[in-house]
Amino acid sequence: MGWRMIGNPFGWIQQQLMTLLTGWGLSQAWAAAVLSLVGAVILATVLLVSTFFLIWAERKLLARMQDRLGPNRVGPWGVFQTVADLVKLLGKEIVTPAGVDRFIYYLAPLLVVMSVVGIWAVIPLAPGVQGTALDVGVLYVVAVGAIGELGILMAGYSSNNKYALLGAFRAVAQLVSYEVPMVLVLLVPTILAGSMNLEVIVQQQSPMWFVLVAPLACLIFLITSLAENGRAPFDLLEAESELVAGFNTEYSALAFGMFYVAEFLHAFTAGAVIATLFLGGWRGPGAETYPILGFVYFLAKTLVMWFLSLWVRGTVPRIRIDQMLAFNWKVLTPLALAVLTTTALADKLALELGGNRLLTNLGANLVVALVTLAALRAYARAQRSKEESQRIGGLVTAAPVSRHH
Amino acid sequence: MHEQWIYVAFLLPIGVLLPGVAVLAGKILGPRKPNPVKGTPYECGIETVGDTWVQFKVQYYIYALIFVVFDVEAVFLFPWAVAYHQLAFYMVLEGVIFILILAAGLLYAWRKGVLEWM
Repeated sequence: MGWRMIGNPFGWIQQQLMTLLTGWGLSQAWAAAVLSLVGAVILATVLLVSTFFLIWAERKLLARMQDRLGPNRVGPWGVFQTVADLVKLLGKEIVTPAGVDRFIYYLAPLLVVMSVVGIWAVIPLAPGVQGTALDVGVLYVVAVGAIGELGILMAGYSSNNKYALLGAFRAVAQLVSYEVPMVLVLLVPTILAGSMNLEVIVQQQSPMWFVLVAPLACLIFLITSLAENGRAPFDLLEAESELVAGFNTEYSALAFGMFYVAEFLHAFTAGAVIATLFLGGWRGPGAETYPILGFVYFLAKTLVMWFLSLWVRGTVPRIRIDQMLAFNWKVLTPLALAVLTTTALADKLALELGGNRLLTNLGANLVVALVTLAALRAYARAQRSKEESQRIGGLVTAAPVSRHH
Repeated sequence: MHEQWIYVAFLLPIGVLLPGVAVLAGKILGPRKPNPVKGTPYECGIETVGDTWVQFKVQYYIYALIFVVFDVEAVFLFPWAVAYHQLAFYMVLEGVIFILILAAGLLYAWRKGVLEWM
């Protein structure tokens, strides 16, 4: 009791429940299964309830960035705004258009929420507190995250609406394209830690967080997770001021609310995944002895990354789909491949020749970054001189660069 | 090893059930007044013309194809990455050559003009 309980509330609760269950006569395996069930229910509930806070915080922060106040009527500082929205959405009619494929239509928002909640099964919240320490944790995160794309396609397909279908196609094209650099870059922390298990990756970050060893990989992963989430600048998926609502045009009330919840929760989940893979998860001074401190560090890092993605959302404008896909296939994928090969080679050379791992990896990243910047500069110069020659050359074209619409 | 997945087997169905219960509550609590106008697909107010399931551009298919190639490559690379610390240098070099072969494939697709949107 006393400090041990406060220092490690998760372990204490787990112990108490185990003794209770085995006291009732269940064997070890069954008691562990029941504990898993209880843990899963608690995690899913806490996540879905925390979206109330996240949506409110996002609206307030975005409002401040746009020089306005945000919700401030319902409750002190507008905290109950999301609750009010939920009550309103509960009372609206779920208008189901004629001719929709009912089973898929109702399953789609559920799948999208499930894909986000499922990622939290493998994230280590504190030393020893993790849903399950899967040996294929990294692959599991990618796989479950990809179920969300399936949900989006199901939503657009079943809606009996041409433009929802086209919106769903474009959404899937974007999401599937940005999976490629994401999966390639996820190999970098796997290489550095020697395991796909997220708990092992967090433990291996003991002298140095992976963001310091592989900053380019962290940057690429940040960009691709913004694109996977559908946040600005990549929020073509439901460009609220352009197409009506893309794939979820025909959804109303709480079915739409589920897509909304999944989007906001995904931003937080992406922050948690980045914090685990690159920022050291629950690592921090005193985290091993007092696991509650580890949880606090994890939460702080996740909130910082979530705020960063929010900041980007409030700052940059939307980019067109052809610009977005060109950026992915012509810049991000070659960059991800380059980062992967140089990290693999540099790390192995440092290990064999006994050099300093940190400096070798940083040097390799710097070289890749400089080469990329030089290549981009050369490309920009070539584009600019082409525009000049087109304009000066006598023939006045309608728009200087008109190959892409 | 299989007991690792019990938690996932619990969490994923709960992840489907909880929003399912919410949508069901919405269905029960909300009004239900269908009429033919509400049932038509929404196209900013104009009437729809033609079938709903349109033909789609081949470009979507090509992006999906390139995605499949790189996804399978990444899946092949995961065991190489996990065993990284036990590998000799020439083994790492073999993995790098594999990546470079696929990068050459990407370059070929780029030069062929396959990666353009239109």
